[in-house]
Amino acid sequence: MGKRTVIPFGPHHPVLPEPIHLDLVLEDEKVVEAIPNIGFIHRGLELLCERKTFDQMVLVAERICGICSLVHGVGYAQGVEEVMKLEIPSRAKFLRAFWSELSKVHSHLLWLGLAADAIGYESLFMHCWRVRELVLDIFEETTGGRIVFDATKVGGCRRDIDNNTMKRLMKQLDVVEEEFKKISDVFIEDYTVMHRWVDVGVLTTEQAKSLGACGPVLRASGVAKDMRMLKYGAYGQLDFEPITHNGCDCYARGVVRVNEIYQAFDIMRQCASKMPDGEVEVKVKGFPTGEFFSRVEQPRGEVVYYVKGNGTKHLDRFRVRTPTFANVPPLVQMLAGCDLADVPAIVLCIDPCISCTER
Amino acid sequence: MIEEQEIIEIKKEELVEKVTALEAKGYRLVQIHCTTLDTLIVDYTFEEYDTMKFLNYRIEIPRKDPQLPSITSIYFAAFTYENELHDLFGIKIDGNLLDFGGTFYRIEVKQPFNPEQTDQEK
Repeated sequence: MGKRTVIPFGPHHPVLPEPIHLDLVLEDEKVVEAIPNIGFIHRGLELLCERKTFDQMVLVAERICGICSLVHGVGYAQGVEEVMKLEIPSRAKFLRAFWSELSKVHSHLLWLGLAADAIGYESLFMHCWRVRELVLDIFEETTGGRIVFDATKVGGCRRDIDNNTMKRLMKQLDVVEEEFKKISDVFIEDYTVMHRWVDVGVLTTEQAKSLGACGPVLRASGVAKDMRMLKYGAYGQLDFEPITHNGCDCYARGVVRVNEIYQAFDIMRQCASKMPDGEVEVKVKGFPTGEFFSRVEQPRGEVVYYVKGNGTKHLDRFRVRTPTFANVPPLVQMLAGCDLADVPAIVLCIDPCISCTER
Repeated sequence: MIEEQEIIEIKKEELVEKVTALEAKGYRLVQIHCTTLDTLIVDYTFEEYDTMKFLNYRIEIPRKDPQLPSITSIYFAAFTYENELHDLFGIKIDGNLLDFGGTFYRIEVKQPFNPEQTDQEK
């Protein structure tokens, strides 16, 4: 047995856009144990429900994260709507699904760029983010924002996309998809990428299940679990199957995300073709009384919103469990036994979002 | 309604036994959280893997000196939630296999979601 050394990793590290700390216990160059530590940017957003009204809390939810902002809004609004037994217009459901899938493309492109940069592909990083800019242009045109979107409200959506605009957006999406095709093969076929990712950060199917992994991390371990299969919103009217891969390693997680981008293009086209005419919101009367656990699929995986209303304009409880929070225990498992040089790639492969995690 | 959500109230003495039975049936731990009312309401949320059936165990404990047994020996992934219960609500967890001793969240105000407990500690 070699000499044991503890190396602090983070909270500030070139591969970490946000702060998380890991104590890496090493024997020579092998990690034998990783102890996570969060809490550097805890904002106490859940406690804001004491001061903000239940309808204002959508805006707080959308500010939990600057990447999956829209899906946070959808998850929260859906929870309150279930408590209040509000049936939102069908068009609003399709709009939410459209924007949710666009968020997935945006988020995965961001991750692919960061992952490329972490293994030395700087120009690939720039190309991923160049394509992502085209996606953000669509967000800006349809919601008014590039980071925080404010497109959702309790009772429906704040904005509509008229049919002519939607037809034009479909052509823009064709361009985005063509641009993505030019770079996506690198993540799937390139020798160096495979050398860095294959058999690195292994999480077996059983481990992924028992440790509560979610999202692409879980599906890359061969488990076809996706909260959209609950058929919430418009997803009951859209055709799709969870994207899976049996590789159980960093490479599999990359492939799942690449394929999920292609699937998101398909779902957005379905949304455009199936979207009915009509209103995008219903009037909200009264205050929420009751509770609901709203579970939706974010780009990073399952997010759980718990809302508990007491018949006043303020909620008793607003709780968010984000996908990164669920993927911390699997990350600890993936790191045990890896080489020190692989730690950045493994940490990145869960697509950590610490702002989400700490709320 | 998107899904039926079964919420079952149990006593804290029953927690480990009930959760062990769920694990044996193939349920996964979705999340654990707490709500501060006159008492602390702790929710343990599970899902049956294949059917996506939702099940929530609820335990009510007093705000003064709250304690719960750990379920990390059944679901190791519970360590994050249990450290959160300790750091934000002041709940003492007995037997957490990865106990950060109050340093999981680096927050200035101790146990901000259970101010009564904080006042007592002061």
